[in-house]
Amino acid sequence: MFEKALVGSRKYWLWLAFLGVLILIGFLAFLAQLQYGLGITGMSRDVSWGFYVAQFTFLVGVAASGVMVVLPYYLHNHKVFGPVTVFGEFLAIAAVIMCLLFIIVDIGQTHRLFNVLLHPTPHSMLFYDMIVLNGYLALNVICGWAALHGEYKGVKYPRWVVPFIYLSIPWAFSIHTVTAFLYAGLPGRHFWLTAIMAPRFLASAFCSGPALLLIALLIAQKVSRFRVDPMAIDTLSKIITYALLANIFFFGCELFTAFYSNIPGHKASLIYLFRGLEGHAEWVIFMWMAWLLMAGAALLLVIPATRKNINTLVLACIMLFIGAWIDKGIGLLTGGFTPTPFETVTPYRPTVPELLISLGIWAVGFLIMTVLFKIAVAVKEARAA
Amino acid sequence: MDRRKFLKLAAISATLAGGVPGFFNREVKAKAYTPPPGALTARRWGMAIDIKKCWEHPECNDCIKACHYIHNVPHIPDRKREVKWIWKDEFEHVFPDKPNEFNNILLAHKPFLLLCNHCEHPPCVRVCPTQATFKREDGIVMMDYHRCIGCRFCMAACPFGARSFNWVDPRPYIEHFNPEFPTRMKGVVEKCLFCYERLEKGQIPACVEACKHKALIFGDLEDENSEISRLLRSRFSIRRKAELGTGPSVFYLIG
Repeated sequence: MFEKALVGSRKYWLWLAFLGVLILIGFLAFLAQLQYGLGITGMSRDVSWGFYVAQFTFLVGVAASGVMVVLPYYLHNHKVFGPVTVFGEFLAIAAVIMCLLFIIVDIGQTHRLFNVLLHPTPHSMLFYDMIVLNGYLALNVICGWAALHGEYKGVKYPRWVVPFIYLSIPWAFSIHTVTAFLYAGLPGRHFWLTAIMAPRFLASAFCSGPALLLIALLIAQKVSRFRVDPMAIDTLSKIITYALLANIFFFGCELFTAFYSNIPGHKASLIYLFRGLEGHAEWVIFMWMAWLLMAGAALLLVIPATRKNINTLVLACIMLFIGAWIDKGIGLLTGGFTPTPFETVTPYRPTVPELLISLGIWAVGFLIMTVLFKIAVAVKEARAA
Repeated sequence: MDRRKFLKLAAISATLAGGVPGFFNREVKAKAYTPPPGALTARRWGMAIDIKKCWEHPECNDCIKACHYIHNVPHIPDRKREVKWIWKDEFEHVFPDKPNEFNNILLAHKPFLLLCNHCEHPPCVRVCPTQATFKREDGIVMMDYHRCIGCRFCMAACPFGARSFNWVDPRPYIEHFNPEFPTRMKGVVEKCLFCYERLEKGQIPACVEACKHKALIFGDLEDENSEISRLLRSRFSIRRKAELGTGPSVFYLIG
């Protein structure tokens, strides 16, 4: 099947070459980081996690979202999702690999990574995160590849994959729950110490991930003879709508708890993010933009006419994806670290090398996604022909 | 043998070759640690800081100097990258949960000494994925620089900001090198270790020894006859963020 990735149009190869260049630049920046240390980033004693961990957190959500097409198909026999489940699984593969890469570039002693395996520590959430992420990667490789291989051969997927498919459904929820638990449960970090951290994570994942999947499917449809059932797009857009509304609702719950209780520690992070604290307002414009984008997307998605119109649907998906990305990629991390344990504000800004490394990893993800989607589309085209 | 059988056999062999020895050759557990003869021992080490004595001598930084010299703590001028094991900060930052807008005049801008609290229930130990941070039987929260992968989870978990990370190679920033204590490399976390290496030799922690005003009192919290226990019984003391339940072992005598 893999040979299908090796034949393609000029555009396909140009796109891959472009991603390859970004990967190379990112890799060179990573070598510089290995040499110099994490001092090359904008992180500090006070804001000790930054852009890398934020990208990791966001992408765990994208990975988990594959379940939003797998679950309706296998549990509810929602037939229109049949042809697209493999895309959900392949998206998850790309996203999990990006997650793992972001962890690798974030740690200070990269070559000691396997200490996590050598000294398994069941009281650390990071230990479980390692298990669920790698497990989820394996599950999606097995299920996605087996299902597509069946299609390639013109038969139904083999029966031995069925338990893996069913296992992958709760497993998808577990990866984002465990990632939320990395944050929830830390004393003295009011912004993260909330019981709805995991539900919030899942809600934002189940809107932003399927939004990306929907856009990717439409692109695949544009560049090939593969056709997505309009019913599948319709269901997917409804899933995105409900998940986005849940995400906004959960955020409202956080606002209520913080401001009605009027406890300074609980309010401080939110005030920092949305109004600025002690003269530091570096993220205010981003945070307002994020929630305005999500609110705007919610409006476009709730109104049936704009949801059913493919142009406004894509616009809404892009808006909410950017919104969710800023909220998790900037707000969650810096809000948690600000104010510091000394109730001071230490601003964090990612540096150029930090952004280049991140861009390189995103390029790896898009490369994997492109190649896998290319294979899937080619198999489906061959079947249809 | 056809290809399918061969692959099956190969897969099973690989699994056995990789997995079984790993399972049987479990990591050799270090024997329970026995302190050498003459070492200072306790059931739970703790420290009391007589903050009034500290305030009588605002210029005195002997404890900080001694600690940072003995442990090769680098002096990095950039505040975002600095490494510190024991330092001073104002009341408002040390006890942000105890503001009092009416009598702050007593404590406003007053310096307090800060160091790792060697908590009874240390959150940093709970989150560390490699056990590079662990708690000893005597309450000292330890740090194994050789095992630390630099994930900085402990820094996110510590509500006291007691941990520093080596964002860059710290060695060029060591002003006076002490060959008797190891230096650190970039990419690992470090913090105060209650001078475990000195206790082993029968010496009290460097900061306590260096304080000529006897403002620092180090001892066994679980020995009711120790000086620290008697002091804590007779004077009013506070701990940082006690409401978080970590059980700090550092006490500030203020009454």
